[in-house]
Amino acid sequence: MSAVMITRKVRKWEKLPGKNTFCCDGRVMMARQKGVFYLTLFLIVGTCALFFAFECPYLAIHLSPTIPFFAALLFLFVIAMLLRTSFSDPGVLPRALPEEATFIEMEIEAANGNVPAGQRPPPRIRNVQINNQIVKLKYCYTCKIFRPPRASHCSICDNCVDRFDHHCPWVGNCVGKRNYRYFYLFTTSLSLLTIYIFTFDIVHVVMREYPDGLISRNRHVQRVLVCFFTLWSVVGLTGFHTYLISLNQTTNEDIKGSWSGKNRVQNPYSHKNIFKNCCEVLCGPTYPSVLDRRGLMQDDMPVSATPAAPSSSSLSSSNPVPQTTVRSHTRTHTHTEPLHTLPLKWIEAAKHRIAMTVSIGGQRGLLFSVIHVVIWMWSHLVAFLLIEQIDS
Amino acid sequence: MATEFHNLQELRHNASLVTKVFIQRDYSEGTVCRFQSKFPSELDNRIERTLLEETVKTLNSYYVEAEKIGGQSYLEGCLACATAYIIFLCMETRYEKVLKKISSYIQEQNEKIYAPRGLLLTDPVERGMRVLEISLFEDRGSGSSSPSSTMSSAGSAR
Repeated sequence: MSAVMITRKVRKWEKLPGKNTFCCDGRVMMARQKGVFYLTLFLIVGTCALFFAFECPYLAIHLSPTIPFFAALLFLFVIAMLLRTSFSDPGVLPRALPEEATFIEMEIEAANGNVPAGQRPPPRIRNVQINNQIVKLKYCYTCKIFRPPRASHCSICDNCVDRFDHHCPWVGNCVGKRNYRYFYLFTTSLSLLTIYIFTFDIVHVVMREYPDGLISRNRHVQRVLVCFFTLWSVVGLTGFHTYLISLNQTTNEDIKGSWSGKNRVQNPYSHKNIFKNCCEVLCGPTYPSVLDRRGLMQDDMPVSATPAAPSSSSLSSSNPVPQTTVRSHTRTHTHTEPLHTLPLKWIEAAKHRIAMTVSIGGQRGLLFSVIHVVIWMWSHLVAFLLIEQIDS
Repeated sequence: MATEFHNLQELRHNASLVTKVFIQRDYSEGTVCRFQSKFPSELDNRIERTLLEETVKTLNSYYVEAEKIGGQSYLEGCLACATAYIIFLCMETRYEKVLKKISSYIQEQNEKIYAPRGLLLTDPVERGMRVLEISLFEDRGSGSSSPSSTMSSAGSAR
């Protein structure tokens, strides 16, 4: 059976390894599991829609039309930041091409010397001194590179990400060097939006029921409790990231305790000045993506030659190379899977994600996430039911 | 020994790739983009040390300029934040401008210095800013020890 090679131009994102999904011809890059991201979008849009529908008409008339105006601005900013965080490249490091991988292997072998047969070779680590601190660079067996400092391999997306913070299922993407500031602005603006909405919820209830300002004690306490439970998770997260930024640490480093201070280990990246640390993270340069998702590349596809078919227009430069070499040459990676395996894959992915959350944050991480969702949904439902009850 | 090439086109058509040398990143000053100035031994006979060191030094200074945290980067950041980063759809960031300067610098260096010596620099941005790749070529006609004619797998088509 003779196979004829057809060369066609494809966008580079189609051939990228890793478990990302791409949309809009490579402009949008996300993780594979997007369910929780849709939930986030639904919660934010749904809550704000209820606010605009039920509260704003009253507030605009009785207080000021600027209230819904600023709410709308804040809402648009939150959505813009969420989409920016979710859709952008977090700072993925492309995998080493074969020559680079071979070069690094040779360097490692030269450094290790002769390992006697039967003994395990020493772990692949490079030591660098940064700011009088020895930092270990680990070798990534998947990407075949020595990871730069602060980079980490995300097993959910199967990529090494520079300045890896964490993989956030709520935004459906990793949070890394390129999109950390958008993530932070998202949590901050979401906190402000939540506080804004609930402040005016309270104002609305007070004004509607008790025009002269008297509030029964029980109702007031109920309202405060509802606000507190809703806000604590988002505001807590914002506070946690503000703390990390002021110390110039990533969530990954914080969880692993890399710079916890034992053994006199200190953070070599911190400027020892809160203001400077914040400026570096939030006002630093905007790093461009090194992935070049929309660039064009040649793809050699084998097509079995049949006599009836017209001779293929463009054959690749006649290289009588066996098919297997060409396959590895083009680094094919299947993005589509047969349908009947999908439920199994989802279960596997879900199990894996739960294991990841538990292993990264311990029991704490999983519990936190579950409590967050439950309380958020419960408190919103209760709040609006109470308000509707009062209205009727 | 001396492979005489006069321009990049001739290099591509008449030369075969021998090997690639990779200059790694220098992390001693943190996560700033910086390449090591250590001279690779494979290039001993091909190019003078000072020329390569000068190239690497200039590249490092370009990266420092791109990643500088100062008045201009604050202004750019604050302005972009105020417009919810929509302004980046129309405006090029400072880093991207410097990257363009870098790629024209590398092109110029390739034409003037490296191609005549049978070498080719690859822009680090095409390798994820991890390495500075130097490809060593040899004249096909000279028929010296050229192990394989493996094509560059990125297929960096210019």
